[in-house]
Amino acid sequence: MSIMGYVHSVETFGTLDGPGIRYIVFLQGCPLRCKYCHNPDTWGCQKGKKMSSTDVFLDILKYKNYIKTGGVTVSGGEPLLQSDFVAELLKLCRDNGIHTCIDTSGIIPVEACKNAINEADLLLMDIKHIDTEKCKEITGQGNENTLAMLEYCQEHNKDIWIRYVLVPGLTDDEEAIKRMAEYLSGFSVIKKIEILPFHKMGEFKWEQLGLQYALGSTREPTKDSINRVRNIFERYGMI
Amino acid sequence: MSRIFEQGKWNTEIDVRDFIQKNYTPYDGDESFLKGPTEKTLKLWEKVSLLMEKERKCGGVLDIDTKTISTISAHQAGYIDKELETIVGIQTDQPLKRAIMPFGGIRMVHSSLKAYEREMDPVMDHVFKYRKTHNDGVFDAYTDEMKKARHTGIITGLPDSYGRGRIIGDYRRVALYGVDFLIQKKKEAKKNYVFDIMDSTVIRQREELSEQIRALEELKQMAASYGFDISKPANDTKEAIQWLYFGYLAAIKEQNGAAMSLGRVSNFLDIYSQRDLAEGRYSEEEIQEMVDHFVMKLRMVRFLRTPAYDELFSGDPTWVTESLAGIGLDGRHMVTKMAYRFLHTLTNLGPAPEPNMTVLWSVRLPENFKRYCSKLSVQTSSIQYENDDLMREKFGDDYGIACCVSAMRIGKQMQFFGARANLAKALLYAINGGKDEINGEQVGPITEPITSEYLDYDEVVKRFDFVLEWLSKLYINTLNIIHFMHDKYCYERIQMALHDEEILRTSACGIAGLSVVVDSLSAIKYAKVKAIRNENGLITDFEIEGDFPKYGNNDSLVDDIAVDLVKGFMNKLSKHKTYRNSKPTMSILTITSNVVYGKKTGSTPDGRKYGEPFAPGANPMHKRDTKGCIASMASVAKLPFDYSEDGISYTFSIVPGALGKGEEERVQNLYSLMDGFFSDEGHHINVNVINKEVLLDAMDHPEKYPQLTIRVSGYAVNFIKLTREQQMDVINRTFHERI
Repeated sequence: MSIMGYVHSVETFGTLDGPGIRYIVFLQGCPLRCKYCHNPDTWGCQKGKKMSSTDVFLDILKYKNYIKTGGVTVSGGEPLLQSDFVAELLKLCRDNGIHTCIDTSGIIPVEACKNAINEADLLLMDIKHIDTEKCKEITGQGNENTLAMLEYCQEHNKDIWIRYVLVPGLTDDEEAIKRMAEYLSGFSVIKKIEILPFHKMGEFKWEQLGLQYALGSTREPTKDSINRVRNIFERYGMI
Repeated sequence: MSRIFEQGKWNTEIDVRDFIQKNYTPYDGDESFLKGPTEKTLKLWEKVSLLMEKERKCGGVLDIDTKTISTISAHQAGYIDKELETIVGIQTDQPLKRAIMPFGGIRMVHSSLKAYEREMDPVMDHVFKYRKTHNDGVFDAYTDEMKKARHTGIITGLPDSYGRGRIIGDYRRVALYGVDFLIQKKKEAKKNYVFDIMDSTVIRQREELSEQIRALEELKQMAASYGFDISKPANDTKEAIQWLYFGYLAAIKEQNGAAMSLGRVSNFLDIYSQRDLAEGRYSEEEIQEMVDHFVMKLRMVRFLRTPAYDELFSGDPTWVTESLAGIGLDGRHMVTKMAYRFLHTLTNLGPAPEPNMTVLWSVRLPENFKRYCSKLSVQTSSIQYENDDLMREKFGDDYGIACCVSAMRIGKQMQFFGARANLAKALLYAINGGKDEINGEQVGPITEPITSEYLDYDEVVKRFDFVLEWLSKLYINTLNIIHFMHDKYCYERIQMALHDEEILRTSACGIAGLSVVVDSLSAIKYAKVKAIRNENGLITDFEIEGDFPKYGNNDSLVDDIAVDLVKGFMNKLSKHKTYRNSKPTMSILTITSNVVYGKKTGSTPDGRKYGEPFAPGANPMHKRDTKGCIASMASVAKLPFDYSEDGISYTFSIVPGALGKGEEERVQNLYSLMDGFFSDEGHHINVNVINKEVLLDAMDHPEKYPQLTIRVSGYAVNFIKLTREQQMDVINRTFHERI
C-alpha cells in the first residue's frame, strides 16, 4: 500500500530548483508564515489533491526522457511535513535512477523527517535568517531546527545548496549576513549559495486569499546590494 | 587541377544523394573555426538593410515592376552593388522590386496593385483578356457546394487564386551536372515516353517534359545575362553556390508560390568547400563570405501579395526553408562545417526570419552541434527543429522540408498543397444540423439538429463523424480541381525540370482547430455543456458546468480524443480518389491563419468565444496547460506522425528566466528539452526564447527592432511586420514562465 500525500500542483519543466530540468512536486502545507512567501496558497494542510506516492511516481516516469540530466524536486509548502510520503516517492525515483532533491526550510525536526532526507541526493535549504529572533520575526518560528538539519546533513555527507532570500529592510543586514557566511563556511557539504532577490510576483495570491501582505511597500533589492551580499559569500569562499 | 570527386552511380544518372554520400565529411568539432563577416559583407549588408528599412517605410513594398510578366529570363540582370557581391542575381532588375507573376491568378495581381495604389499596365491587362489563369480555371470548375464551403471558411487558405508552392526543385543538380546534361536527360526521357495509347496522362507528361526543357534553356540564358555559362558543372564552392542559386532564382522569378523552399543544400556545398580548403583555393573567411552573400540573397526574396493573403500568412513570409543536419542511412551523422556556416549567418548578419533555418534533429547528432543550435536559439529565436529519427524512416536521408513541416524526398517527390479544413467549424455544423453557426446558411448536409438542452457526447460524436465524412470528400474533390488547373495554367516548369520524371505526389490536406475540438469534446464528455440558442433556434453559444481535462496537460483522458481525431480524419481522407493518384496526407499546421480561423468561427463548447483565435498548429489552447511546458509538449508528441505525415507543428515560447539561470544553463536545458521531445516522437518545434516586455516595446517602437525575429507556426517572421492583431495573438499565447 503506498502512502498518500497532499499535492498542491506539479511543474514539469522546473529549471530553477536544483540542477538540470526537474519535475517539481509542490506539496501542500507549511508551518511557517514567511512575510515574503510567494506561494501562500500552499500553506494549508490536508488540502490540494490527494495522491499516492506510486501515482505521482508513475506520472514522473512519463517525463523520463526530459529529466535525464535533471531529476525530481519536492517542494512546497514544506515538503518534509509529509516526510513519509516524500521518503517513499524519492526512494521510488532513486531506485529508477532519477536524481532526487528536497526544497526545504529545515523547520521540521530532523528526527521526524530523516527518512526523507536519507532518500535525497541534494537538499535545497532556505536559511531565512542566522539570528533565531529575527527568523521568528520573518517566519513565525526560530531557526534551531534548520541549523540542526544542517548538522545532520554534514554528518551524513548530504549535499546542500543554501538559498537566501534577500529582502531590503528585512534580511539585508550585512553584519548578520557576514555571521551567516562565516557559520556556513564550516560546512563542507554546502556546494552552492543562491541569493534569491525578493520579488512581489506572489502578492496577488495574498490578496486572493484575503491575507494582509506586509511587504507591499518593500522594494526589490538593487543590483548593487545583491552584489555586496554576493561578495560577502565570496570572501568566505562560498561562491 | 582539382581532385576528382569519388565516382559512383551519380556519374551516369542523376543521383545527387549518391554524390553526397560518397563525398561528404561529417564534422564533430565545435563552432570555433567560424569566421566573422568580411569588410565587403558588412558593407553589402548595410546596403541591404537600408533598402529593407526603406521598404518598411514605404508600407511594406519598395517598388513593383508593373510592365513585365515575370518569367525566368524576362528581367535584365540586376545588382545590389556589383563590386561587393560575390554571389549575384535578383528577381527583377532592382533589389526588392517585386515582380508580377500572373499565371496563378490575374485577379490577385489586380488587388495587390490596388492595395499599393498602383495601376496595372494596360498591355498586360489586354493580354489577360485572352489568356486564362489558374484562378479562372478553378472557378470555372468549382461546384456551388465548394464555393459555399470556401465562403464560410470551413475550408480556407486554398491555393485557388495564388501559386501553390511547396515544391522543392533539386537546385543542386544545376551545380553538380550543369544544365546541358539535365537537358539531355530530359530529352531522352521524352523520347522514351511513347505508348500505344496516347491518353491524357501520356499527353500531359510529354507536354510537361517539353516545358521543362524550355525552362532549362531559359535558365541558361538568365545565367548568361549575369555573365555565367552554367551549361557545364560547377568547379568550386563559389560556382556551386552560384549555379545552385541560379536554379533557385529561376524558380522565384517565375512562381509566386506560397512556400518556395530551398531544400537541403548545405551538406552538398560542403563537399566543394572541403576540397577548396584542402587545395588552398579559398580560405575559411572567403567561404563564409560566399555563404553570407548567398543568405543575403535569400533574405531578399519578395513576392507581390494581397492584404487578404497577409492575414492568412502574416509578415511577408517566403519559406526559403533550408534543412540542416540529420543522420544518414548508413548511420553517419550529416552535420558538416557548411551547416555551421549557414547557421552562423544569424550571427554575422543578425537574426532573420529567412531563410527558414530548419535543423533535422536526432538524439544521435554530435553534442557540439546540438549545443551550438541551442545557443543560437536562445540568442536569436530564429531556428525550428524537426524530428529526423521520425522522418528518416519514411523519407530516407535526402529529404528536405517544404514550407514549415512538410518533408519530401528532394527531386523525387512533390505535394499538392491543400491548406486546411476548419474542424472546429465542422463540429459546430454537426451540432447545428449542417448550418453555419454564424450566418445560419445550410452549408453541410442537412441533418436533424440537436434538440436537447445539454449536449450528449455520443450523439455529438456520431454527428461529427458524419460531417467529417462529408467534409473529407468535399475537401479532396476541391483540391483535385485546384491542382488540375494549377498544372494546366501555372505549371512549375523549372522546379519540375529539377525533379525525376517519375515522382511521388501527395495531396497535402491539413486541419485547423485541433485543440478547440478536442477540448470541446472533452467538455461535453467530462463536464456538462448547455447549448444556448438564438431566436432562430441556432446554437450559438455554450455554458459549461463543472471542470474537464484539457489537452496540453499530458492527460490521456483528453489526449486520446486528440489522437482519435487525427487518425479518424486521416482515414476519411484516404478513402477518396485524388488527382494524379496522389497520396493523401495531412498536416496539423495553421501558420498564422489561426487568427483568421478564429474570427470566422462561432463560440465553441470548450468555452472559446466567437471570434477568439485558435491555438496555432497542434498547440494546446492558450493558458489551459497548467502543468508546465513539458506536459504540454508531451501531449503534442502523442499525435501520431503516421497519420499526419505532412507535419505536426508546435510552437514553444519561453521567457529566458524560466529556461535557466545563466546562458550556459539555458543552452543545456533547451538541448535536453529537445532531446526529450524528439525521443518522445514529437515532430516539430519552434523555439522562442524571449521576454514579453521586449515584444510589447517592439509594438510601440518598431524602429528599435528591425531584426527582431520570432517563430510562429512553422516559420519565422520579423515581429514588426505582423499586423497589430497578429502581434497581440503572439503576445497573448502561453509564454512559459514560473515564479
